[in-house]
Amino acid sequence: MKEQTGSVILRCDEVTVDFDGFKAVQGMNFSLTRGELRFLIGPNGAGKTTMLDVICGKVKPAEGKVLFGGGVDITRKKEHQIAELGIGRKFQTPSIFPSLTVFENFEIAMKQNRGVFAAMRAKLRREERERIAAQLALVGLEEKAAWRAGGLSHGEKQWLEIGMMLLQEPEILLLDEPVAGMTDGETEKTGELLQQIRKTQSIVVVEHDMEFVRSFASKVTVMHEGKLLKEGSMEDVQRDNRVTEVYLGKRRDADASRSTA
Amino acid sequence: MLLRTMPPQRIWLLAGYAAAAAALFCAPLVLSDFRLNLLAKFLAYAIVALGLDLIWGYTGILSLGHGVFFGLGGYAMAMYLKLNAGGGRLPDFMDWSGLTALPWFWKPFGSLTFAVLAGILLPMLLALVLGYFTFRNRIRGVYFTILTQALVIITVTLFIGQQAYTGGTNGVTGYGKLFGYSLASPDTKRFLYWVTVVLLFGAFSLCRYLVKSRFGKVLRAIRDGENRVRFIGYNPAVYQKVAFSISAGLAGLAGMLFVLHVGIISPSMMGIVPSIEMVLWVAIGGRGTLGGAVLGAILLNSAKSAFSESYPDIWILFMGALFVVVVVFLPKGAAGLFSQLKRVGRRKAADEGANGVRHPAV
Repeated sequence: MKEQTGSVILRCDEVTVDFDGFKAVQGMNFSLTRGELRFLIGPNGAGKTTMLDVICGKVKPAEGKVLFGGGVDITRKKEHQIAELGIGRKFQTPSIFPSLTVFENFEIAMKQNRGVFAAMRAKLRREERERIAAQLALVGLEEKAAWRAGGLSHGEKQWLEIGMMLLQEPEILLLDEPVAGMTDGETEKTGELLQQIRKTQSIVVVEHDMEFVRSFASKVTVMHEGKLLKEGSMEDVQRDNRVTEVYLGKRRDADASRSTA
Repeated sequence: MLLRTMPPQRIWLLAGYAAAAAALFCAPLVLSDFRLNLLAKFLAYAIVALGLDLIWGYTGILSLGHGVFFGLGGYAMAMYLKLNAGGGRLPDFMDWSGLTALPWFWKPFGSLTFAVLAGILLPMLLALVLGYFTFRNRIRGVYFTILTQALVIITVTLFIGQQAYTGGTNGVTGYGKLFGYSLASPDTKRFLYWVTVVLLFGAFSLCRYLVKSRFGKVLRAIRDGENRVRFIGYNPAVYQKVAFSISAGLAGLAGMLFVLHVGIISPSMMGIVPSIEMVLWVAIGGRGTLGGAVLGAILLNSAKSAFSESYPDIWILFMGALFVVVVVFLPKGAAGLFSQLKRVGRRKAADEGANGVRHPAV
């Protein structure tokens, strides 16, 4: 089952999430190797986003364990501790700090000592300024560095958030529908960026856009009703009858209705 | 040389601060003793407003309990003054209540150093304790605000109930000397006024430094999205606690100055109404700008005393009207008016720029 190409950086064992009796995730097993780009797909309500929530600490599982890196149990850790360990999260709707400028958003996201007194004394060093400038260039926001982030367009906010996450230098990036609401050009650019990031970091992407998923030759995990349905390459997954039944069939209808909208 | 490298807005801002400083330092030359004393009191209030702006305007946490921190500072100073006014005798209200010896917790307040430290550190400590139990458990928004109101009620009830130790409803008063100088003499008053001006500038500089630092940016980020701050690795509870505590310390400092200017502190000055009034100074001056908070405290209190002198019967209606006008027309307070005017000005300048006319800013 397990791939031997790299060491495991994240393992979820028998994770169950209980929302007042409703089991959003049931006995889910999931493991991610270093440098892997993994797609998490499944119909609405399959528990994909909840899985990301469990990994980044937003939701505490009722049962099961999440192990990070060399086996650190992060199941009971607080969100900010998990973020400090090296797990970054990008939410479905862009969540940036609207009253801060684009530059300031990057400045506080950047990897640094997050203590109160360190933040009081922090001076922007030259190398930090250069790193932020490089990040601004990468996400194409150099011209808008002094803008309030709240004034950016939806796509730009998505990019800003991706840039913030990269400056955090996490070992694992959790992305929830990163291309939602993006134009074709922006989607393509995001794809290129993901290819670049996977060289150094591991990524988990929750995605609905099947075309986007297909454009990467990487492993896909299909979830259905809180459980693992199938794991493998996109071809394997598409050939699987159960997957077609619960997911791809339905999505095709949904895609059709979306394209006419 | 230095001036030339600075952007023009910064020069104007510095000029503005310099003008404000000069005006405040020279005020004793023009104002009568009575007016100067009032202004000194308003400047002490401005220090509270700065602290409130830090926690409310910048961090987005509304505290309706700053009267307590203000009051604790006031009591600390009043206890020192009372002990030193009595010349070794028991404070009068203790006598009336039948106490024969000074309670243990009153003893250290005989020292000015201790009283001043306590006046700042006790409010900070209380804020840390309240912050520890609330922010850690993610109690926020209106729930936090209600808890601060509860703090006010508890404290006021306690102070009134323990008459033998606190002077009850009357508070602590009846002292007139600081280092042997009469608090009522014009010279002492002028000196205390200058002390207040210096401390106000100190408080302003501290807040400005904090707000401009990365700490301040994280505070604003917490206001924008507390959860998102967690996911980039900051613990918002710690930042909130520290900001709340600094804010409380400033209120304590202001309380001490208040007692020196007014000569009394009583539970009614730390109650619900004064606590809410403090928030109004910030709201009306413009939250999220330090200058606005200071201006709000001074203008509003000046208006209050002007209205109450000229229209003793209906002045409160004027105050109400003022609140309504500001809330409806100036949601960002008086300081928001400046930035609105600036925007209009910039638009005009942009139009002129389009016609090929560009004015250098200075």
